[in-house]
Amino acid sequence: MSVVLEADGLGISFGGVKAVDGVSFRAEAGRILAIIGPNGAGKTTLFNMVSGVYLPKAGAVRLGGEDVTGMEPQVLAARGLSRSFQNLQIFFRMTAAENVMVGRHRHEARGVLAHLLSLPSVARQNRATRAKALELLDVVGLRAQADIPAGSLPYGALKRLEIARALATEPKVLLLDEPAAGCNPVETEELDRVIQQIAQSGVAVVLVEHDMKLVMKISSRILVLDHGRPLTEGTPAEVRAHPDVIRAYLGGHGAREAAGV
Amino acid sequence: MTSHSPDIAAPPAAGLLARLASGKLAVLLVLALLVAVPPLFFPSGFYYRVGAIVWILAIATIGLNLLMGFAGQVSLGHAGFLGIGAYAVALLPSRYGIHGIAAMVIGAALSAFIAWVAGRPILRLRGHYLAVATLGFGILIAMVLTNEQWLTGGPDGMRVPRLVLFDWPVRGSDTWYWIGGGAMLIAAWLALNLVDSPTGRALRAIHDSEVAARVIGVDVARYKLAAFVISAVYASVAGSLLAFFDGHITPDAAGFLRSVELVTMVVIGGMGSVVGSVIGTLVIVVLPQTLTFLSDYKHIMVGAFIMLFMIFLRAGIVPSLAALVRRRG
Amino acid sequence: MAEFLQFAFSGLTVGAVYALVALGFTLIYNASDVINFAQGEFVMLGGMATVFLSLAGVPVPLAALIAVAATTVVGLALYKLAIDPARGASAVTLIIITIGASIFLRGVASIVFDKRFHSLPHWFGDRPLTVAGASVLPQSLVVLAGALVIVVLLWAFFERTLFGKAVLATAANRVAAKLSGIDTGFVVGFSFAVSAAIGAVAGVLVTPITLTSFDVGTLLALKGFAAAMLGGMGHPVGAVVGGLVVGLLEAFGAGYISSQYKDAMAFIVILAVLFAMPNGLFGRTRIERV
Repeated sequence: MSVVLEADGLGISFGGVKAVDGVSFRAEAGRILAIIGPNGAGKTTLFNMVSGVYLPKAGAVRLGGEDVTGMEPQVLAARGLSRSFQNLQIFFRMTAAENVMVGRHRHEARGVLAHLLSLPSVARQNRATRAKALELLDVVGLRAQADIPAGSLPYGALKRLEIARALATEPKVLLLDEPAAGCNPVETEELDRVIQQIAQSGVAVVLVEHDMKLVMKISSRILVLDHGRPLTEGTPAEVRAHPDVIRAYLGGHGAREAAGV
Repeated sequence: MTSHSPDIAAPPAAGLLARLASGKLAVLLVLALLVAVPPLFFPSGFYYRVGAIVWILAIATIGLNLLMGFAGQVSLGHAGFLGIGAYAVALLPSRYGIHGIAAMVIGAALSAFIAWVAGRPILRLRGHYLAVATLGFGILIAMVLTNEQWLTGGPDGMRVPRLVLFDWPVRGSDTWYWIGGGAMLIAAWLALNLVDSPTGRALRAIHDSEVAARVIGVDVARYKLAAFVISAVYASVAGSLLAFFDGHITPDAAGFLRSVELVTMVVIGGMGSVVGSVIGTLVIVVLPQTLTFLSDYKHIMVGAFIMLFMIFLRAGIVPSLAALVRRRG
Repeated sequence: MAEFLQFAFSGLTVGAVYALVALGFTLIYNASDVINFAQGEFVMLGGMATVFLSLAGVPVPLAALIAVAATTVVGLALYKLAIDPARGASAVTLIIITIGASIFLRGVASIVFDKRFHSLPHWFGDRPLTVAGASVLPQSLVVLAGALVIVVLLWAFFERTLFGKAVLATAANRVAAKLSGIDTGFVVGFSFAVSAAIGAVAGVLVTPITLTSFDVGTLLALKGFAAAMLGGMGHPVGAVVGGLVVGLLEAFGAGYISSQYKDAMAFIVILAVLFAMPNGLFGRTRIERV
């Protein structure tokens, strides 16, 4: 399998406290890598470094074999890395379809003058962009809500909308930050299907998630973080059996849940 | 936020109908009627005069709304660009014999250039820091216009040569009423075009979440700058037209109060609404005119109206009315 | 050297006034996130009311007291009538409300008072003292001392009184303050009152030197705002330092570079500082949480 995204010894600190320290992982095309760990383990911070929102203090990020450490998010997006957010970052004043259409931005002609004059090519492009957006809304099961303002969609739908929007960029790597948080069991099942479908299409998926059932079921590998440091990495079976993981993270309830899968 | 997303996936037969009902044409029609109908009832030339000012200033307001209502960036110094446009058509024809229209274009180009250069560092700032930086920027332009007496005539201002088109000297409030109205319609058309283009979507996305826009590939700095430059050109053109119309300009055209007035017009009309920009301009220009009989109390009334509007119609006139209509309907 | 000192003294004097205006901005901003552009009008009201009361025969010290009290009431009224009803409005909307208030107050002042320039007698005469070759008006020292007293009083209030702590708590986290039983509405109203009082005192102190008229408020507000920003919005110490720095820059800029562009100095420096340090001199970088 080809490694698409590689994080190598990433570290960052805020106000002298090391939030993430020496974390490495590799994401392969068509596979799902899950990153788990208790709250405050540094998962989201790790995503923020990898996606260019934060500048790492140590370590390197390689995308498609090239060093992209410290590059801006929009540059990384152009190179095929996109993500969703733990705290929703939806364009609330736009419709669901428009949200996804923004995701097509990097594939569109961006001449501002042509847009001002509304040249026929712009209308043509708008049609193509919208068609693609509707297709993606179909994938995440939101086709019927296409023209509803995003602000009035329920939480679970917005989580999926973010995924559709990220997919619209046609990423090689997709970082998903707690996509199942706040979703009901039906929505989680839907997500399960969507994420696997994305991976099957050849995208490298990196998943931060608390829903152990989901993680154990769909991940090919799992990286466990604790206090910003890597605790262990392995297949779901290995991680489930790892004594440190059970002790430090899963605890009584979590261990039973994981074992029950 | 006005939504004007025609269903572009609709089949061709329904396409025409959808287009007719779609926001863009409807908005332009409303604005065209707003320009064309009132003169039927104008009792005197004075009304043409006020009307001309409204349409011309509305151009600047529409432009500023692209920056504030769409990109979500405030500018408390936009009158500076109004001043650049105004002084361009005052200085270039009288000193260098450049044609008025060419002077207007040069002024717009200069405004665009200044906005492009100054916008890069300014637009990195956020919130109140952005407010103070744009404010300082506007004040600096006004100060240069006031202090460089040899060039600008200082605080007393200077005369603006009459615009001559093909040997036809443009004069009269009614003529300028129609020129202003036409220019405003073109400005509105361009702005509406932008809204449903990749640029418009990028700007609206930035307004809601910068970080989300960035991770899906939107170059946020580029689009903020684009909005700033476009709004500067709008203001500059408005400044030029206003100067032609008035025949005389002073540095007040670029002053802080003018900038505040522009921001107030945008907010009172409704952020992100093109019709709102025009209505907001109308309200702010016409209200003081109706109060001339109490000229001593003018400031009190203007101040009070601004506060009342902001407290009770804070979403802006047009969006508030639209919400009301939706509730009834 | 004498020239340098001369500029420094006059810079510190106006700087002290800017510092007080900036302090007013900061107090209100911390309690409510509102940028109050009517802050300069408080300075104008303090000066103008004292002038007209004393013209009406009220002894100056009493006139000053009444003027400060009246301005405080105006500050409270501004909060109760214009800011409180607009609770939850966007930052830009609130800024426009305060600008509307400033235009309104200016209009009222032009009618209640007049449109001419006025002065007040210097407290200790207008014979300049000579310090190392530079001449200093005794009133300048009064302004500086007055500003110092206000800063010390504010500090003591915040550090030594329970209510001061409540104001600080509200500034730090409004929701948490409310949950711990602090009447945050009262705290915000109080901040407006105190800011108004500080502005009025500044007006009373400086009018003998700079004169006053109904429209001095705008420029004072702009420079005070610039000073508060320079110090990093929300930092009282930064506001004071920012005010003094703006005052000094103006004096030195006018003295050594161009007196025409005196009023521009503040803004040139602000732009330069913001370009280099987007969060002000004392501001901290904010980490984006997503």
